[in-house]
Amino acid sequence: MSVTERGSASPQQTWTLGDSCVSVHLAAHIDPVINVRCIALADALERLGVPGVRDVVPTYNAVTVHFDPLVTDSARLIHELERLAASDLPSTVSATRTVEISVVYGGESGPDLGGVAEFAECSEDDVVRLHASRPYRVYMLGFLPGFAYMGSVDQRIAMPRLDAPRLRVAAGSVGIAASQTGIYPCDTPGGWRIIGRTSTKVFDATRTEPFLLRAGDSVTFVPV
Amino acid sequence: MAGLSILRPGMFTTVQDLGRWGLQSRGVPVSGAMDWYSHRLANGLLKNDSSLATLEVTLTGPHLRFDAGSAFAVAGAAFDLTLDDVPVEMNAAIEARPGAVLKFGPRRCGARAYIAVSGGVDVPEVLGSRSTHPLTGMGGYEGRSLRAGDTIRVGESIDGPVPRSAIASRPLTLTGSHARLRMIPADQRLAADLTGRRFLVSTRSDRMGYRLEGAAIAAAPGEMVSMAIPTGAIQVPPTGQPILLMNDHATTGGYAIVGTVITADLPLAGQLAPGDWIEFEACSIETARAELRQREAALGAG
Repeated sequence: MSVTERGSASPQQTWTLGDSCVSVHLAAHIDPVINVRCIALADALERLGVPGVRDVVPTYNAVTVHFDPLVTDSARLIHELERLAASDLPSTVSATRTVEISVVYGGESGPDLGGVAEFAECSEDDVVRLHASRPYRVYMLGFLPGFAYMGSVDQRIAMPRLDAPRLRVAAGSVGIAASQTGIYPCDTPGGWRIIGRTSTKVFDATRTEPFLLRAGDSVTFVPV
Repeated sequence: MAGLSILRPGMFTTVQDLGRWGLQSRGVPVSGAMDWYSHRLANGLLKNDSSLATLEVTLTGPHLRFDAGSAFAVAGAAFDLTLDDVPVEMNAAIEARPGAVLKFGPRRCGARAYIAVSGGVDVPEVLGSRSTHPLTGMGGYEGRSLRAGDTIRVGESIDGPVPRSAIASRPLTLTGSHARLRMIPADQRLAADLTGRRFLVSTRSDRMGYRLEGAAIAAAPGEMVSMAIPTGAIQVPPTGQPILLMNDHATTGGYAIVGTVITADLPLAGQLAPGDWIEFEACSIETARAELRQREAALGAG
């Protein structure tokens, strides 16, 4: 994971997404430092408690705000985001928490492990070693409750998504989509290459803390 | 409190409220009533708070029994309704005696109707909302659409009896099987390709989104870095066939966004069924705001 300083976190691009959503992009690419700033910017805006704000969502390189258009507007929110982005936001990449997740690789649990091994021109064991050999940064949560977009996987096993998504991927499935890796929170259609499965639930609405992972966490996979 | 017994569930009937906000940063879809206007109108007729849950009916309606009796109101898609086999009006507060049976008959237009009951549909809140998200099995009645034999609790009505004369003066209706949806362009060039054409709502459409069929949007730039996206966003995947994101959509997406349907027109989008068609029209933020204020005023006027 290369860490580069990129100076100011001022928005590079502002997107108006209808009358109830605005998004500021801090960069066009994926970069841990940019992501740290997005998370910090989202936190700072949440703490302001601007009336009418419904959701503040940090992603790889952007912060998106969903709001009640009868209470506030995108001009006001862009102003606040620019003001906060110009202030002293953290830019050091250090994981807030480290989480270990046990994974059964291959077989029924990982129907695509063989395919990824072919793609990487190595053995299945090598794929497991490569996948479990490094900590991954949780860049963002999205798609489904508790689904963490983590990266970056070793380039050798960074196989693109399936051409046609599977109709059903089992809950707990661990997948690869190019340089990203992630864990499915529930049974759902999905297009990631499934190499293993964990019994750890990344989402459980009945738990005191329903979400296992947060943006900024560091995750290590442990083969069992 | 005793409540409603489902005798026949209809095609896809779920508990919905105004949505599960505040957790999109954790990947939780908002859900909620696809036609927020009719949901609120039905609640308003009963003097319910607009946040109370209703039943969202899809294409074919249920038969249900008011076990303890209740005031109710139905708004949204136009159905023929009977209460104990006597025709009753939509968009009106109606008192059902204990044991009375409400039956949905043929649908005239629109896709989704909302059944509000005095005191609201009472299912446990999950992460701050009663809305059903079937894919994750979250919220609503056991996280799923209703089945025959389900018994649903009804909240306690706090405002006393409902005036029998409560009739909505401004129900929202589709004119025929199409809608003109106003959107704010995100990409001027692609948005120009979207307007002035008809798009068919395909059969591969549900509460997550409508896959649209029509002329492909030229030069779709393909995938971008995944970002958070709102309901109403019109995405264009590499095939060039747009997808209109609806309430259960994933919180993030990586396809190009052409524009976003304005909040005031989302209720019309929610009334579309497979086979209906859409015409998009570009508008300004100012128009979006004015139109939303008009919708609010119409609800306020009952």
